[in-house]
Amino acid sequence: MSESVKFHFDVNGQSFTSAGQASVAVKKSLRELGISPEVIRRVSIAMYEGEINMVIHAHGGEADVEVYEDKIVIILNDHGPGIKDVELAMKEGYSTAPDNIRSLGFGAGMGLPNMKRYTDDMKIETELGVGTKITMTVNF
Amino acid sequence: MTVEELSKKGEFEAVTLPDPERDIDGCYCGDLLSWVMGRAKSSQAWITIMSNINIVAVATLCDVSCIILSEGVALDGDVKNVAEAKGVNVLKTPLPTYEAAKLLGGLI
Repeated sequence: MSESVKFHFDVNGQSFTSAGQASVAVKKSLRELGISPEVIRRVSIAMYEGEINMVIHAHGGEADVEVYEDKIVIILNDHGPGIKDVELAMKEGYSTAPDNIRSLGFGAGMGLPNMKRYTDDMKIETELGVGTKITMTVNF
Repeated sequence: MTVEELSKKGEFEAVTLPDPERDIDGCYCGDLLSWVMGRAKSSQAWITIMSNINIVAVATLCDVSCIILSEGVALDGDVKNVAEAKGVNVLKTPLPTYEAAKLLGGLI
């Protein structure tokens, strides 16, 4: 594989019904590319958490996945409110999600920590009122 | 034990079984989806009281052999159709989660 394989998804922020579509599609594509199940698991979990975050906090966004010879890079971009305190947001159990989200089984403050846990590198670029870009890398 | 075999055991009942031959080799119980996603393992049965659409995506990502709705919980809206389309087996039981897991543990 000399060039990277790229996937692009629009994450619909209107409802939870479509959340997970991009992660499930990526999982399927990575399986077809012969990527190991453990790497697929890490990528799809990190990406699903990101998708859910975009639906809860940012009215959706875009997800790009690039598969290289030795790594997978996931870039999540949204035009939401931005993250006020990244250090606090990274703390397990800290959440700003509303109660209706909690009743769905999310909003436990596990999203960003899970994304960090399941990837080898995670970079957060955020600006209040402008949006957030998260770049995650999973090495093979 | 396959998911279909489990669905014929007294307290468990099939809601939808698009992939009935999946083998069950363990069990994970949990309702916090982010937690479940990181910990449930492939081919385990996942017992939960959550019944909204997101459980289908979580089950797919974790590759569990089936979702078991405990406590007599019913699936929301058209979640059954989505689960069927995505190949996710769903069973239900009137038992509380602990009792369901205990019974399942004795069967597999």
